[in-house]
Amino acid sequence: MTGPSVVVLDYGTGNVHSAVKALEAAGARVELTADRARAESADGLVVPGVGAFSAVMESLRGVRGDEIIDRRLAGGRPVLGICVGMQVLFDHGVERGVDTTGLGEWPGEVDILEADILPHMGWNTVDAPAESVLFDGLHDERFYFVHSYAAQDWTLEVAPPFPAPRVTWAEHGSRFIAAVENGPLSATQFHPEKSGEAGIRLLKNWLGTLQRGQS
Amino acid sequence: MSVAVRVIPCLDVANGRVVKGVNFQNLRDAGDPVALARSYYEQGADELTFLDVTATIDNRSTTYDVVQATAEQVFIPLTVGGGVRSTEDVARLLGYGADKVGVNSAAIARPELVAEIADRFGAQVLVLSLDVKRAQMTASGFVVTTHGGRTETTLDALEWAARAIELGAGELLVNSIDADGTKQGFDTELITLMRSVSSVPVIASGGAGRVADFAPAITAGADAVLAASVFHSGEITIGEVKHELAAAGLEVRA
Repeated sequence: MTGPSVVVLDYGTGNVHSAVKALEAAGARVELTADRARAESADGLVVPGVGAFSAVMESLRGVRGDEIIDRRLAGGRPVLGICVGMQVLFDHGVERGVDTTGLGEWPGEVDILEADILPHMGWNTVDAPAESVLFDGLHDERFYFVHSYAAQDWTLEVAPPFPAPRVTWAEHGSRFIAAVENGPLSATQFHPEKSGEAGIRLLKNWLGTLQRGQS
Repeated sequence: MSVAVRVIPCLDVANGRVVKGVNFQNLRDAGDPVALARSYYEQGADELTFLDVTATIDNRSTTYDVVQATAEQVFIPLTVGGGVRSTEDVARLLGYGADKVGVNSAAIARPELVAEIADRFGAQVLVLSLDVKRAQMTASGFVVTTHGGRTETTLDALEWAARAIELGAGELLVNSIDADGTKQGFDTELITLMRSVSSVPVIASGGAGRVADFAPAITAGADAVLAASVFHSGEITIGEVKHELAAAGLEVRA
């Protein structure tokens, strides 16, 4: 097949089976591995994540996922974080009173949502900027969320020549960040691999941003 | 805009086959849970639930095959319940592609199981399933039962729900044994009571007979509605339920 190559980082987090199958349905050649060379050379890297912020960070560091992500970003190579795989991209996360240092790619903290009913579970609408690439053709769709924590402030200041990050918001009790597109680094708080055909289309949109290499 | 009401078809599966009356004209093999799951996905189901009613543990591997095959082609959340007794059972189901796991009688026998699962996998994977019946013996007037309603425990349904949430349940699946199979509508009184003690999402189950039955369950306090036979028989489609919910002013996923 001729689709872009994608590695789903395999570091022992939850159900990654669906992420692999959804990326395949979107047209990628997918490999589930934590092999550093493979993860660095693939056209795209997906970092899934389910469970507690601290547990995800520990497992991620266990396969040197932090270094793999840094190395890719230094080379302008696309990375997509999903759910807690997005949350760990921020400075730190506070869960059940435990404050854990994140990867620090973006400033800010991940904290509990202020809502009557948690987890925020189900299909919600998002408010994406018109110039979003991930949400191209998807502005009226709902996506599947399941989480109790989220980043609720975007404070990164970006000046030219860097393009402005595209930040997508959603609301459950309070407003929170549903997705970010920031150069080679993208992330979604919801699960595109569980968001039906809209989720597949979003993954396709992301695959469209990848530079095809020789891997 | 806010999170949409979820409509969830439930499939009883034994030995790799759907066991409750299925009457889908357009399916070549209506007893094939994977084909049925695919059909519900295409109809717009927001989640799917498999209830494993396989009698013997030996045959449980057939359910794992069904879960795996479904997760490969159905890109919505999949909950699997029935016979879950340990964190190892949960790990296995998640490994085959389940997103959430339903726990019922094993949690009644040993409530710490709820905390063990939540600590290891997060509260969001754990759906506490309750089979509830009206009874004078408890303060709330509702008692938790086992064995499909045939055996009463001494647990007050509201107290058990509150305790399970404290232990780490991420969602409640509240099935009314009184309403189940009657097709006379959901037990809205039970749903309202459950909502009053629950900080997690509540799925209403039991009693759906007509499209008009679903909206009252939501206005009574449920976040999601689950049904089996009315969908399998083809009497009601997912689309008709969503249309009716939207007409009642509720948010649904188109």
